[in-house]
Amino acid sequence: MNVITVKIFRNALVTALWFMFLTFPIMVIKVNTTENLIIWRWHNLLYVGVTAFTASLLTALYRQYRDRKRGQQQQKEGTGRVSWNERFFNTPAITRPICALGALFFLVFPLLFSTYQVNIMTTALMYVVLGLGLNIVVGVAGLLNLGYVAFYAVGAYTYALLNMHYGVGFWVALPLGGIMAALFGILLGFPVLRLRGDYLAIVTLGFGEIILLVLKNWSEFSQGPGGISNISRPGLFNIQLSMEATLNYQYYLTIAMVLLTIFVINRLQNSRIGRALFALREDEIACQAMGIDKTTIKLTAFALGATWAGLAGVLFAAKNAYINPDSFTFLESAMILCIVVLGGMGSILGVIIGALILILLPEYLRAFSDYRMLAFGAILVSMMIFRPQGIVANIRQSYRSSKDGVP
Amino acid sequence: MNMEPILSVRGLCMDFGGIRALDKLDLRIRAGEIAALIGPNGAGKTTFFNCLTGIYTPTAGELLLAPPGQASRRLNGLKPNRVTEAGLARTFQNIRLFPSMTVLENVLIGRHCRTKAKILGAILRDPRTRREERESVDIGMALLKKVGLAHMADEVAKNLPYGAQRRLEIARALATEPLLLLLDEPAAGMNPQETQELISLIRSIRADGLSILLIEHDMKLVMSLSDYIFVVDYGRKIAEGVPEEVRINPVVIKAYLGEEVDYA
Repeated sequence: MNVITVKIFRNALVTALWFMFLTFPIMVIKVNTTENLIIWRWHNLLYVGVTAFTASLLTALYRQYRDRKRGQQQQKEGTGRVSWNERFFNTPAITRPICALGALFFLVFPLLFSTYQVNIMTTALMYVVLGLGLNIVVGVAGLLNLGYVAFYAVGAYTYALLNMHYGVGFWVALPLGGIMAALFGILLGFPVLRLRGDYLAIVTLGFGEIILLVLKNWSEFSQGPGGISNISRPGLFNIQLSMEATLNYQYYLTIAMVLLTIFVINRLQNSRIGRALFALREDEIACQAMGIDKTTIKLTAFALGATWAGLAGVLFAAKNAYINPDSFTFLESAMILCIVVLGGMGSILGVIIGALILILLPEYLRAFSDYRMLAFGAILVSMMIFRPQGIVANIRQSYRSSKDGVP
Repeated sequence: MNMEPILSVRGLCMDFGGIRALDKLDLRIRAGEIAALIGPNGAGKTTFFNCLTGIYTPTAGELLLAPPGQASRRLNGLKPNRVTEAGLARTFQNIRLFPSMTVLENVLIGRHCRTKAKILGAILRDPRTRREERESVDIGMALLKKVGLAHMADEVAKNLPYGAQRRLEIARALATEPLLLLLDEPAAGMNPQETQELISLIRSIRADGLSILLIEHDMKLVMSLSDYIFVVDYGRKIAEGVPEEVRINPVVIKAYLGEEVDYA
């Protein structure tokens, strides 16, 4: 039975009073500046109090209910309980149709929706690539990188500058952008080999700012804050495409990019290199003691992550046909990091879902434009409280021996 | 027994600032032998392990590994991963598994330095990479069977009971194909039955031709298991010999009990 104890009641009361006190200035006092009047809206105080009180009571009751249920479950099943998402994502009968439906949806998307929607979706898919790239560094190898957008900028500017000066086309620039970003990844990797956690985060943050400042201030090189315009869009065998066709083409290009990313990262994660990256996150000392070269594997992580940012950067420059340093601020890094953390560190599916939610949600919440950032923040905060492992928790691969059937 | 030393340590010193943690340590471990390093708390046993495995660079002295039939190799100043590649594998006093990886994956990490697949191989999954991966899994499973964890291969390492975690650490170390296995207090925190299982496991590892050096506090285990014992105190070697000699050596008894026992 759920019981409202004195303690719960008192807590709810305190919460209500606290909320009433906090919201007093904005909910109760209203200043009418034209007539120099202060309007006291005492009824609002009542609403706030009652709402906070009920919400607090309900939360407490829910907690009680959940704890009791959990206790029963543990008694019943011992410790061998599998979380719902593990069961859900490990059942091919469920995942296969969902994947097929998802694939079909993305394939026919441009036929169903307007060019505006296609454009937004293309952006979201680019963030999927970025998220998956950062996932290698943060989610898999456990190296907190706050300057990830720098590599994105390197890719974008590689294409923009090569295109402006030498007329290099998209398809040639794509691998070059990736390689350039990987080189910058290694460049950043060397000085931070000994750093971990907070220290690493600060250095990478600085690295991102340096790249941004260079792009902003070295006008002879990057054309400064004005940016670079008239970048060629990706070509398709020299065929002239209409505006709408170009957008659709870019959409499918991005889809192809996402598929390639998923394919490569999936294979990497379940390989010798991928395991070494996971081990690096888990325990650096044990990792070395087991014969893994820390230097190589850290640089590999940075280079691999940066490569995808570089590729996405080229794609970004080609899509917009115009870039300037404002697209590569710290806010972008934070956004990509949010995608990885919200989606689930180390989980490919999680990062995809995370990217789609975080990029599409603000777009479709434009109707409630006043509250959309509020909703966005609330989602992030509640996710971190209630599901810190992200939407989809990482599931480890199981291997089978070839000799016998022992799993 | 083969009398060739597989590891020779000569005049090993390790200073931390003004403190000399290891003072001209000499020891030789013969191939196929179970050697034990004992000493009171703070005697420098773990420091010795850390010097040996490349976590610390010794201030002076020589560490020589002599693989059978090959030229001996100096280990001083090598990075930990190079030491492991050279043929020394260790376990840790406070277990250092990769907690959220599966049991088999933990062992597969040990295979890292014996396999070669690069990024391109991982992406393309060419026949060589696939074969290598299959071999690694087979070896990993065989090792898990040896330590009695094959049925838990897909379990996440942190969910294992304590004794099983210790055995997994040994399996992981064995996966690196070492010549000499270094065990840092393998029986710490184990109950008598688990200790008994550990003793037979260590014996079976030796039967496979490996040499073993262990640090241990459990005297019963040390005396029943080891062929040769080194005793250190304050960073110095104070005695060495077969268990029967060490057991009655007055210097050792003094180091452990603080004063000489009167036999009269």
